[in-house]
Amino acid sequence: MTLDVRLRHAFAGFTLDVAFTAPAGVTALFGRSGSGKTTVINAVAGLLRPDAGRIASDGRVLFDSAGGVNVAVHRRRLGYVFQDARLFPHLTVRQNLLYGRWFAPRGPGEPLERVLDLLGIEPLLARRPGALSGGERSRVAIGRALLSNPAMLLLDEPMAALDEARKAEILPYLERLRDETQVPILFVSHAIAEVARLATTIVVLEAGHVLRAGPAQEMLSDPAAVPALGIREAGSVLAARLVRHEADGLSRLETSAGPLWLPHVAADPGAMLRVRIAAQDVMLALTRPEGISALNILPATVTVVRLGEGPGAVVQLRAGTDFLLARVTRRSAEAMGLAVGGRVFAVIKSVAVAQSDVGGAG
Amino acid sequence: MTDWLTPEDWRAVALSLRVSFWATVVSLPVGIAVAYVLARYRFWGRQLLNGLVHLPLILPPVVTGYLLLLTFGRKGAVGAFLDQAFGLVFAFRWTGAALAAAVMAFPLMVRAIRMAIEAVDPRLEAAAGTLGASRPWVFVTVTLPLILPGIVAGAILGFAKAMGEFGATITFVANIPGQTQTLPSAIYAYLQVPGGDAAAFRLVLVAIAIAMLALLLSEWVGRSVARRIAGA
Repeated sequence: MTLDVRLRHAFAGFTLDVAFTAPAGVTALFGRSGSGKTTVINAVAGLLRPDAGRIASDGRVLFDSAGGVNVAVHRRRLGYVFQDARLFPHLTVRQNLLYGRWFAPRGPGEPLERVLDLLGIEPLLARRPGALSGGERSRVAIGRALLSNPAMLLLDEPMAALDEARKAEILPYLERLRDETQVPILFVSHAIAEVARLATTIVVLEAGHVLRAGPAQEMLSDPAAVPALGIREAGSVLAARLVRHEADGLSRLETSAGPLWLPHVAADPGAMLRVRIAAQDVMLALTRPEGISALNILPATVTVVRLGEGPGAVVQLRAGTDFLLARVTRRSAEAMGLAVGGRVFAVIKSVAVAQSDVGGAG
Repeated sequence: MTDWLTPEDWRAVALSLRVSFWATVVSLPVGIAVAYVLARYRFWGRQLLNGLVHLPLILPPVVTGYLLLLTFGRKGAVGAFLDQAFGLVFAFRWTGAALAAAVMAFPLMVRAIRMAIEAVDPRLEAAAGTLGASRPWVFVTVTLPLILPGIVAGAILGFAKAMGEFGATITFVANIPGQTQTLPSAIYAYLQVPGGDAAAFRLVLVAIAIAMLALLLSEWVGRSVARRIAGA
């Protein structure tokens, strides 16, 4: 399942001109507000008719200005989860969930029980949307879209209206959605932490254009992509396995580069995780530091040194089979003689990794 | 009770109820369609349609009645055609009274329903579309249930207006006892004869009772529908 998007649309004082391919998995459309993310997703859904372009899902043409094709919204079979949930106020949660079922083609869709279980919304079935919290509403909206048996899910910042606690509540459900269903997802976000946890492919939009696009792991650990993603937000994602919870409240994880201790991780031993490590939380040393408070010291090899325009530099390291990003000053990079192939130690404070930076990986 | 109102009075009350009922029932679907078009579409001639709908509200009822007579009378273009093609006659029949009542009540009905439609979030309708519902299905499953209180309000308002319609009715179908004499026409007729005040007053009481009943009914239906929609 791939989605090919190429479109051009002119607004007053703003032209959207993008082309990208979303392969199977979770593709994140990342960018600041006003970069055109929602416009793209609306065009894919058929809620907006672009001036020109072509949109095809698995070779099925949904829109083609040259060929005069514009498939109606209700025939596109794309489950859209809106920022504001948009549940039908006159229907119960159950009726909302089953709404798309009426119109969906008969076929192997997700069974209701599985969706209820996946999203934890069984206790809400008899209620009306007016009696739901923001987080519950988002989950029901996701379930409703999923149950319409869509060829693809479109998520427009489904967590933008939620506070941090509610976001933390929804994220695990979205991870399960990614890992336990076969439905590809295109989601819009301006929060890199969210993107790092969920995305398998990242498309960066800026001012109506695609700045960069590629596989998530690669993009997140590519120093050249750092300006596009935002320097303060930059960070790579390590794959890890939870080994055990230790008595002092730390959790021991195993990465390809060695052990990693983090503040208690809410998962069971054996669970596969994705851990986002912000570039600015990684310190570099030429020899293994001793007598230091930081618990995590991973041996690594320098693979890229990218000097910025200012006083900073971004260094990409290979640690085991994964990549790390470290943000250091130019002065340090020069003083340490950092160069491609050099052996270093990456020092990571346990407490620098927030709960929200650790997510499940299927 | 039987000598409280004469059989003729009862006939006037029954006729008014029948006229108002049919005027409301027949014009309601048209009213919903026109309200939807006015609320949701921008097209050439929209203001013209809007003006045409509202005309009976602004014109003197006598003028509306006269225009109906010219158009739907036996010699009128539309009236003659309907008479020959379907045997449907409006002039000086109760059907004509229903037509006049429907035309006069139409703007009130459309206004109430249109306001309800404008209050429905189009984003909900868009959401229904993405879930696979075609335009007509979106209307039936989302728009219609959400505007039901507005439809009820519009229907009751229309019914009440039809019950009270006098000017256009008497101009179009005259005041024939047992045929086109509605409640207001009957009251008017009593007031034209010496000593008719008492009989007129009894009919006034009946009119007030029906109006109050309609109002209470609309309140009750409106509230129960609103409760069902708002849920919680």
